[in-house]
Amino acid sequence: MAASTETGHPNVLGKAVREGVFAGVVAFLMFLLFVGIETYQDINNALVWRTRWGLLAIFVLVAAVSRFLSVGFIKPHIDRRKLAKAKSGVLEISEQKSFFHRHFLKIALVFLLVYPFLSLLIVGKQGSLKYVDNFGIQILIYVMLAWGLNIVVGLAGLLDLGYVAFYAVGAYSYALLSSYFGFSFWLLLPMSGILAALWGIILGFPVLRLRGDYLAIVTLAFGEIIRLVLINWTDVTKGTFGISGIAKASFFGIWSFDTGSANSFVKAWGLSASSVYYKIFLFYVILALCMLTAYVTIRLRRMPIGRAWEALREDEIACRSLGINTVTTKLTAFATGAMFGGFAGSFFATRQGFVSPESFVFLESAVILAIVVLGGMGSLTGIAIAAVVMVGGTEVLREMSFLKVVFGPDFTPELYRMLLFGLAMIIVMLFKPRGFVGSREPTAFLKERRAVSGSFTKEGHG
Amino acid sequence: MEYFIQQLINGLTLGSIYGLVAIGYTMVYGIIGMINFAHGDIFMLGGFAALIVFLILTSFFAGIPVALLLLLMLVIGMLMTGLWNWTIERVAYRPLRGSFRLAPLITAIGMSIVLSNFIQVTQGPRNKPIPPLVTDVFHVGGITVSLKQILIVVITAVLLFAFWYIVNKTPLGRAQRATEQDRKMAALLGVDVDRTISITFIMGAALAAVAGAMYLMYYGVASFNDGFIPGVKAFTAAVLGGIGSLPGAVLGGLLIGLIESLWSAYFSIAYKDVATFAILAFVLIFKPTGILGRPEVEKV
Repeated sequence: MAASTETGHPNVLGKAVREGVFAGVVAFLMFLLFVGIETYQDINNALVWRTRWGLLAIFVLVAAVSRFLSVGFIKPHIDRRKLAKAKSGVLEISEQKSFFHRHFLKIALVFLLVYPFLSLLIVGKQGSLKYVDNFGIQILIYVMLAWGLNIVVGLAGLLDLGYVAFYAVGAYSYALLSSYFGFSFWLLLPMSGILAALWGIILGFPVLRLRGDYLAIVTLAFGEIIRLVLINWTDVTKGTFGISGIAKASFFGIWSFDTGSANSFVKAWGLSASSVYYKIFLFYVILALCMLTAYVTIRLRRMPIGRAWEALREDEIACRSLGINTVTTKLTAFATGAMFGGFAGSFFATRQGFVSPESFVFLESAVILAIVVLGGMGSLTGIAIAAVVMVGGTEVLREMSFLKVVFGPDFTPELYRMLLFGLAMIIVMLFKPRGFVGSREPTAFLKERRAVSGSFTKEGHG
Repeated sequence: MEYFIQQLINGLTLGSIYGLVAIGYTMVYGIIGMINFAHGDIFMLGGFAALIVFLILTSFFAGIPVALLLLLMLVIGMLMTGLWNWTIERVAYRPLRGSFRLAPLITAIGMSIVLSNFIQVTQGPRNKPIPPLVTDVFHVGGITVSLKQILIVVITAVLLFAFWYIVNKTPLGRAQRATEQDRKMAALLGVDVDRTISITFIMGAALAAVAGAMYLMYYGVASFNDGFIPGVKAFTAAVLGGIGSLPGAVLGGLLIGLIESLWSAYFSIAYKDVATFAILAFVLIFKPTGILGRPEVEKV
């Protein structure tokens, strides 16, 4: 039997053909209505339909061929490799890590510090706007949000599906307080963090008794409530129109980045007017905020409160019987996570200059949670990598205008952005269910520090 | 009083649709303990399948009787979404069954994003209106009841009965209940767990497809992002009733429907969803496992 599976290619091939045909039939039936038929409105605005057999054939062929290849070739290959590894009995974790691996964090930090100037040097002022703003700042905002959510989900193990609410609180705190009272960014940044933390506590209180999935739906509900209030409380928030013309951040109150103002940064340094300086400044602000988040997370994990969070995640009953106050533990987790969400929110408001409830939909919460889980919950490096891959990947898609040459001029890659994002979420999860960094070094250890694979622990941490 | 009864009828109609979708959530949760976030989008797919079937049939057979048309829309929608949910479970959830709790949740969220964007890409982002199918209206005193409302409530009642019968009286239902109670033990006693879970997904999807087709019939419009809000409402209904409990899902659905229509009738329509979610939070504070949910037994 073993011999026939290892050498019996006809057997495997036959199975692969059968599976491939089956997948083709299933795909044909699945896509028959949704791909094979296109519905559209004609000139009279009535709904009509036409067929798209060619596209349907492509879908069916792709399904059949990929199933055939995976059953016939990829799976046997993986099985053989696993078998060989099991036979050799040598663990693949080598003691001597490569230079890049050992100094990864330092290299990454140095790269981030020089990144804006590097892009300025390579693509010039106008070109670097895109790289600093769309890639740098955008990704770092998500890194910060994901690190903030990581405190709630990754450390304390509380599944929060409404994290975007705190992001919204931070953004609207800054937008409203700065446009109604004219406070500056540097005053409002800590204030919106505090306000968001306050909301974290307010929303945390009622859900203290809830567990797991009940907690998930209530946090989702709170996220939606806040968004709906922002939409409907038009007197204050201007509803779906949003608040525009939000003040820019100043260079710590010394120079302004408004082009018309007397002490503008550009004039003071004798530079030609360009918005790129402001973007570079914002890049360093968000980088500093990210570093703050990481620093606080790392330090808190070594403090009693951080240990209590992790204990709570592993076993709530054991936690309570050991005398840990679960109420304050949960509330501090909510509040700390919310505070970083609030910081990120006020930064987002000053960077966009415009906030509207559109930016705080459930999808954002889902994306942030996906980044936390895909990164390997609890691992800061993993989460940062996941943010770069997922957010950067979808941003790259915007740039792929060369695809227009391949697929014709009316091809818009933006349309496929979220589709591919969703597919990537599924595929990464299927191949690496523990996330990109599935193992982590423990903070508390006996005698020696030993990394534990995520699969040995309950929620994926050492 | 008449106004109140009118709102009650509207709420009941809406609640029936939510209840049907909620059953899919609660069954999947009961049997494998995961929130199937893509279920709302399965509901949306059901609506689109019904829409496309409607377009094809009306263009080929112009004078087709409405009853036959509706039946075909429902049946083809059920088969179609059943197949989709079966495939989704095979591809995205089954490989992660032994994994940690959040992994299938993330693939489900990913699947939800994929499904709504798939429909957006293949069918276009605009709302799809269809001409009204059922237009008869009855007046009883000062109350107006439309035939489509009656249809929705009756179809829901029939399906619930059929569903109750399957779960409680057939070998398949027994296998499902056994799998829900203890998957490992059920497998040891000869229940084909994989098959049972697959059938559960197909059943949930079929109910969602009916709900989707009726939603299309009721509002006369389908859109690619129709899945999210009704999906969240139905999920809220399932949790409100006590997730894992089938009567709870129906009860929760009806409650949410009633809260929504009564709140928009007497208070403000803008805050109807806020009211729904606030009541959910309020109920869960006092009954953390929902209205009919079994309290969790904590084992050390």
